[in-house]
Amino acid sequence: MGNMKTLRLATLGTAFAALTATTAMASCPIESGSIRILSNEFGALRAVNAAAAECAADGVEVTLNQTTEHRDLQVAALTPTPAEYTSAVVANSSIVPLMNNGLIRPLDDLIAEYAPDLPKLNQVSVGGNVMAIAFMANAQHLYVRTDILEEVGKEIPTTYEEVLDALAAIKDAGIMDHPFAMNSKTGWNLGEEFINMYLGHGGSFFKDGTAEVSINNETGIKTLEMMAALNEYANPDFLTFDSNATGALWESGELAIAYMWGSRGGGILDEEGSTPEIVAATKLVAAPTVDGGDRPASTLWWDGFTISKNISDEDAAATFRAMVHGIGPATVEANQKEAVWLSPAYTPGAAAEGVAATAQAGAAPYPMLPYMGLLHTALGNELSAFLQGQESAEQALADVEAAYSEAAKEQGFLQ
Amino acid sequence: MPHRTFFWFILPSLVAMMLFIFFPIVSVVIQSLYVEHEQVVITSENCGPFGCQTETTVDLEATQELRDAQPLGRFNGLGTYLNRGHLAVQELGKAWSESESFGDFWSKVMNLPFYWALAFTLTYTFVCTPMVLILGLAIALGVNGLPKLLRGPTIFFSLLPMIVTPLIGSLILFWMIDAEGIIGKSLQYLFDDPELSLKASPTLTWITLIIYGIWSSAPFAFVIFYAGLQTVPGETLEAAMIDGASRWERIRYVVIPHLAPLAVFVTLIQLMDNFRVFEPIIGFSAEASAQSLSYLIYNDLRGDIQRFGSAAATSMLTIIGVAILLSPVLIRTWRDFNRKRV
Amino acid sequence: MSSVTAQKRSNTLVIVSTALVALWLIVAAFPFLWTLWGSFKVQADFFSKADWTHALSGTFTEEATGGSFTGRAYYGAWFQEDFWRAALNTMIVVVSVVVISLTLGTLGGYALARSGYRYAFWLLMVALVFRAMPHITLVSGYLLPFFEWNLWGHLPTAIIVLVAINQPFTLWMLHSFFLNIPKDLDESAMVDGCTRFEAFRHVIIPVMWPGVITTGLFSFLLAYNDFAVTAMLLAQENQTMVPKIASFLGSTFEEGNVMFAVASVVSATAPLFVLVLFFQRQIVSGLTAGAVKG
Repeated sequence: MGNMKTLRLATLGTAFAALTATTAMASCPIESGSIRILSNEFGALRAVNAAAAECAADGVEVTLNQTTEHRDLQVAALTPTPAEYTSAVVANSSIVPLMNNGLIRPLDDLIAEYAPDLPKLNQVSVGGNVMAIAFMANAQHLYVRTDILEEVGKEIPTTYEEVLDALAAIKDAGIMDHPFAMNSKTGWNLGEEFINMYLGHGGSFFKDGTAEVSINNETGIKTLEMMAALNEYANPDFLTFDSNATGALWESGELAIAYMWGSRGGGILDEEGSTPEIVAATKLVAAPTVDGGDRPASTLWWDGFTISKNISDEDAAATFRAMVHGIGPATVEANQKEAVWLSPAYTPGAAAEGVAATAQAGAAPYPMLPYMGLLHTALGNELSAFLQGQESAEQALADVEAAYSEAAKEQGFLQ
Repeated sequence: MPHRTFFWFILPSLVAMMLFIFFPIVSVVIQSLYVEHEQVVITSENCGPFGCQTETTVDLEATQELRDAQPLGRFNGLGTYLNRGHLAVQELGKAWSESESFGDFWSKVMNLPFYWALAFTLTYTFVCTPMVLILGLAIALGVNGLPKLLRGPTIFFSLLPMIVTPLIGSLILFWMIDAEGIIGKSLQYLFDDPELSLKASPTLTWITLIIYGIWSSAPFAFVIFYAGLQTVPGETLEAAMIDGASRWERIRYVVIPHLAPLAVFVTLIQLMDNFRVFEPIIGFSAEASAQSLSYLIYNDLRGDIQRFGSAAATSMLTIIGVAILLSPVLIRTWRDFNRKRV
Repeated sequence: MSSVTAQKRSNTLVIVSTALVALWLIVAAFPFLWTLWGSFKVQADFFSKADWTHALSGTFTEEATGGSFTGRAYYGAWFQEDFWRAALNTMIVVVSVVVISLTLGTLGGYALARSGYRYAFWLLMVALVFRAMPHITLVSGYLLPFFEWNLWGHLPTAIIVLVAINQPFTLWMLHSFFLNIPKDLDESAMVDGCTRFEAFRHVIIPVMWPGVITTGLFSFLLAYNDFAVTAMLLAQENQTMVPKIASFLGSTFEEGNVMFAVASVVSATAPLFVLVLFFQRQIVSGLTAGAVKG
């Protein structure tokens, strides 16, 4: 069983098999330069940063800033010369402002010199230059309660149509009034749900190669209708649901099917906060497809590190080596449960099954476009009126397009 | 007071405010008049752990040239102020000419983010401010009538809504008002409606936010009025008592006039703070049903791509809004000031 | 009106006002007391989505710890997460902000109350307009210059910013209190040969205690509860309590230790109890009334 999971994840990248423990490269300790890391604040990143810090010899400056406000600090912090931080830890979406402003450097030389064996799988390249080293994966996917599905005689759903069918059965059987939840809080979360569902419907957000948005179409309307249909089975509070709320609902046994982040799997499957019966019946499966499409309605996310442009080459080399050490097998082995690691040292457990299956089924990565963030914000803000039943899908999508176009004009992407 | 003395007394405050408020405001005004350069976008092949995609990136060299040519960006005049996300002049005009009834027009206006936020902001301001004043005064009078020994603990407990960090205070309240929480369940029982949820309907969300606003600001008014009550001249009160004034009359004719300057102060601060309402919206996850001007600014600044120009314009509109709101109080202060000069 | 009916009426007034205070106390204190109680439970009880009575009975607490109360959250916050460091930083920030704000504010507020020239009024107005600026915009504007000039991340930077942002409020409030103090007081002192500053220092300040203390209380609360400035302008080693508490709440990625946050909030409130007791004795002391009469 365990082997099979490893295999599934391994197929993510072809270079996986060729990989040896040399990635860690006995490059520690680092004798000169300075290492200053800005990152988000959660367990897996803390472990990576701590391991990177260990790599520095005495007398080498190490500064860590792990903060939930990292996104708002990073552009200003990396702009001056020398930059406040030598490395910013980012995800597919937060790397974009750093690239838009030219604040991070290509890593090809550093890889050639210090980590020649680093698998392609971990390299995030933009137009041929490696700009970040990814080390973790995440995605939203389905969580199901097998006991409840059995009770109503339904299989684990693989399409949203089946999800609706199962939900109807659960409700009709009088087991739960509100058996479903997704992270649909107005703002970033809701925007993300639209993006996932829209990609599942096979839609594309922009006219090819331009910043011109095109979502007010049949696909967009189908997307919204599916979101509304699903949330018919959600608690009426659903527009306030973030990960903390849906996770708590799941743990207290109020949900039968939910669409949540894979990274929450560890917390949901541990003994704390729930009853053994719920935990035993919880299964993490791939995000469903929708409307006959073949891609799961989800986006794949990576977390990775970048190296600042406005710093000395010495600091860049020191930081690069420290971070490569930080994401090395020792960290991964000691923190198996903290994340879905993109590393051969990772043995995926039950908590990683959903992410692995979603990636395996060919979900798209979250688009790394210079103006995607603007559309995401517009979606998050303008869709709730539709889901509250106060306006039509067409009107909601038209509002999104208007809000996005205005923002894109202000930012110089549209004329 | 001679100009010289005045200058030296005020100088330290003035320097601090110039550096950290005045200059930033100037820069905000300038930013609001500009938009970013044209960004040159090129198609690129992007690869990562999940395969390769054809996407776009910003052509840094070409964009840098444009940036160097015009460091501030492209001048846009009042364009940002008038666009859909702000005053939406065009959209308003269109809505007016296309609407058949006033209700239709109104719903179109409320669909524009700025006016939707303004509607909540104004409602919140005009309900909370008077309620806070009245409640604060009532509590201050009540506490002032308590035996001395009880006053200390009473003041402490009265201050709790203000002391407990709003971030956590609203988080805990948010769970308490959940349909399954202690307050939520009690309300369901009280109104005999098992489906009642304060988080689901816009109206109930507005009411919740307003009650939270009153609850968390009442201690502010209370403390100021309470401190003011300690300075009510005893002689005047005694004289009024000898004249046979009832307790109520003493409050009406002695205490309240004495507290008037403080009331003006509390009103000013409350109008301003309520107009900038923000934290409860985040704390109560109320974004779907209620947004304020400050929330719009937050929303512009907290995306992956920060929209400084748009945030700057909304900030300036907030300042103008505050100035308009405060003008009646200020005119009154101006009269008082002139009277006192004489 | 006979004095008997007046007496009766005032008795009703006393009852009504006492009842009002009692009711207010319940409304004001209940959420906090609920938090205090809940801080000794585990998250599944205090933040139960299934049934709020878990918080009373402690079903999960018993299951997880064996007792119906647990000090885990406090242990976690203070020992595992080094909350004391954040507490120390907060103390430095708060004390500095209060002292500096009050020093600058009493000087400025006094001058504004006594000037009598029109420009004093206009200065107050401008200060008020300054105050209308949303803090998030100001803070976002500070970031780039602060990073450029290496000012970012240090405690003194956050302290000065907090003082400056709050200065309009401090000036207005103290100015209102100074207006309540009769002009004759300092003028007679000056007739007796004091300079303006001596009159201010020796005659006015002692009378001003209630105003100064009250203003100090608000400066204190501002600095103590601030999130926007401290979260964005301080480096990790200088982090204060509120951003630290926020970091316990978890993110999209990972479940937080919400109970750590709850325990931190409760422990952070304890010292305030002492402070408020001190504060109320100061303003109730008979000092004021006597002086104003004087």
